[in-house]
Amino acid sequence: MRGRRSEKMEQGNGKKLVIGVIGADVHAVGIRILEYAFREAGFDVTNLGVMVSQEEFIGAALETAADAIVISSLYGHGELDCRGMRDKMDEAGLDGLLLYVGGNIVVGKQDFVDVEKRFHEMGFDRVFPPGTPPEETIYYLKKDLGVD
Amino acid sequence: MRYALLIDFGSTFTKVTAVDLISEEIVGTASAFTTVDSDIGTGLNVALDRLRRVTGDIAFEFKSACSSAAGGLRMMVSGLVPELTAEAARLAALGAGARITRLFTHELTRRDLIAIEADPPDIFLMTGGTDGGNRACMEKNAEKLRSLSVRFPIILAGNRQAIDACEDALADFPVTVCPNVMPSFGVLNIEPVQREIRDLFLKHIVNARGLSKTKEILSDILMPTPSAILSAMKLLADGTEKETGIGELMGIDVGGATTDVYTIARGEPVDMNVICKGLDEPYAKRTVEGDIGMRYSVAGIVSEVGQSWISERSGLTADDCATYISELSDDKSKVPLTHDDALARFDHALASGAVEIATRRHAGVLEEAFTTSGLIYVQTGKDLRSVRQIIFTGGSFIHAQSPLDIARHALYTERYPMSLRPKQATVLRDDRYILSAMGVLAEREKDIALRIIKRELVPLGDISLGDDS
Ligand code: B12
Repeated sequence: MRGRRSEKMEQGNGKKLVIGVIGADVHAVGIRILEYAFREAGFDVTNLGVMVSQEEFIGAALETAADAIVISSLYGHGELDCRGMRDKMDEAGLDGLLLYVGGNIVVGKQDFVDVEKRFHEMGFDRVFPPGTPPEETIYYLKKDLGVD
Repeated sequence: MRYALLIDFGSTFTKVTAVDLISEEIVGTASAFTTVDSDIGTGLNVALDRLRRVTGDIAFEFKSACSSAAGGLRMMVSGLVPELTAEAARLAALGAGARITRLFTHELTRRDLIAIEADPPDIFLMTGGTDGGNRACMEKNAEKLRSLSVRFPIILAGNRQAIDACEDALADFPVTVCPNVMPSFGVLNIEPVQREIRDLFLKHIVNARGLSKTKEILSDILMPTPSAILSAMKLLADGTEKETGIGELMGIDVGGATTDVYTIARGEPVDMNVICKGLDEPYAKRTVEGDIGMRYSVAGIVSEVGQSWISERSGLTADDCATYISELSDDKSKVPLTHDDALARFDHALASGAVEIATRRHAGVLEEAFTTSGLIYVQTGKDLRSVRQIIFTGGSFIHAQSPLDIARHALYTERYPMSLRPKQATVLRDDRYILSAMGVLAEREKDIALRIIKRELVPLGDISLGDDS
């Protein structure tokens, strides 16, 4: 409940993001930092907070006509939680919508090339390794959404 | 001498209440049968004659009414996502006292349009998209409604970027524009729409319902009856500047066809380890269960609680229960003759079931999630566990022999620990059906209405968790 949208839309770049931490994950700090950073970069952000279901991401993206969904997962169950997300988006009429995931999306230190491949196969457009700074995500968001 | 006359035009009865505004007392009530087709004025005149026999000839300073006659305020609502804008639209319409004949999500289909044309609503509330969000839903739906051969008032209360196109498409409908019911994700803003619904009710619906014929004797017809009841409940909870209210409460009206539940309560999470999900909750909330009622919706109650539940609580055999279920579906006007006859016991079980289901659907729920920091809960809807007052109104409860046993079914129970219903409560009963009248009176005389409600509601006793249910 109660995701708030940015108030400084005037200076914004017009692109709308829906962000949140998927599954039963309660790590609340990182997503606040991302919200702040994305907003500063000119995006219109709807932050769904923690413990967000796939359906909530999709409902929010539909109502806000989002340009991208950015999923965070930190507790290691990211792969399980993200499974079927792209299919559900297709069903909901969000086919082709930009979809990112990042955080600590799998358990322990796995070879990230493998992880990335698996998430690509699941329909994620970009997959970010642990410790990715917000600036890097912003760079790719702007690139993929054709901003400046 | 100052008197007020308050009228409630119902679907089957017209009730009149005379109030002495100086002594702040109800000096008389009366009612008369109104058939659907007969002039609504006839029923009113009969009721007024009966009232006069009690009060004698008195002059009224004003005469105000609420109405649920001829099917009440019939609305259709549309939104995009079922749990988001469509839900916001539903909450708005119900809180304004409407009966929702249809709810549409996403884009309207050809079948939807046929259904609308076959039975057009009094008002159509169209929503969809946050401000700056999805436009296609509203714009396409407006385009589709334009093709209909019927016209009705439409309220546009969705994405403000879609309004211009919708207004153009719907140029020959009576259209009004309101702020978005969900301006940004999860944020609920339904009061402006509710005010608009009420205005439209006054302007269009009152005429359409044959109520305008009664205009010469009335000062005004103010609102749909459920909205009068909700406003009386809110007044009772909140109080006025001069008169204190009684605090957060739940109201239950088990009717023949539907069961209404009202809460005037914030319902915010009480524990630290609770996370809220979903749409904001309205402080004054009304829900209507269309499949739960004592005569027209018996089947709905039985299918939810099960026949053995009914037979256990009524002490009747399964066969006897089955007989009553089929008899009641043939003859809705059957009533118990004595307090302990079999039908009275059957009704007791039905009312218990109605209260059980309707309150469970109204109240919020928790879901568990395990973390190292312990158990975490996700809350959707209102947490009503600390609400301490339950008001009962409506016939099935007023005539009940053991009302507290029925009322217990509104409470929190270990059997449904995730359903956030009140843990204990004082039960108050609207014995003389004055709530709707007081909701109407409150439009002019808030303090008087509140004092009368406080005096008229009859405390039946306290119930608490674990009293058995
Ligand atoms: C604080 C904390 C907790 C707190 C959380 C409190 C709260 N409500 O926020 C509590 C105690 C509840 C907790 C619980 C658990 N935790 Co913990 N927790 C941490 C800790 C120490 C810090 C997290 C934090 O706030 N970091 C600060 C923020 C700013 O950084 P961040 O969250 O990483 O986010 C940044 C980046 O990751 C990135 N990012 C995040 N999302 C995304 C998304 C995209 C698309 C992109 C590009 C970038 C990106 O950007 C963010 C901002 O810079 C980390 C270890 C660590 N040092 O990171 C472990 C850690 C995340 N937890 C971990 C685990 C395992 C758990 C538990 C499962 C423990 C258990 N066995 O029960 C539970 C799970 C609970 C649950 N259901 O979610 C592991 C995860 C391991 C893994 N994935 O392989 C970690 C890494 C610790 C570890 N090394 O083992 N935890």
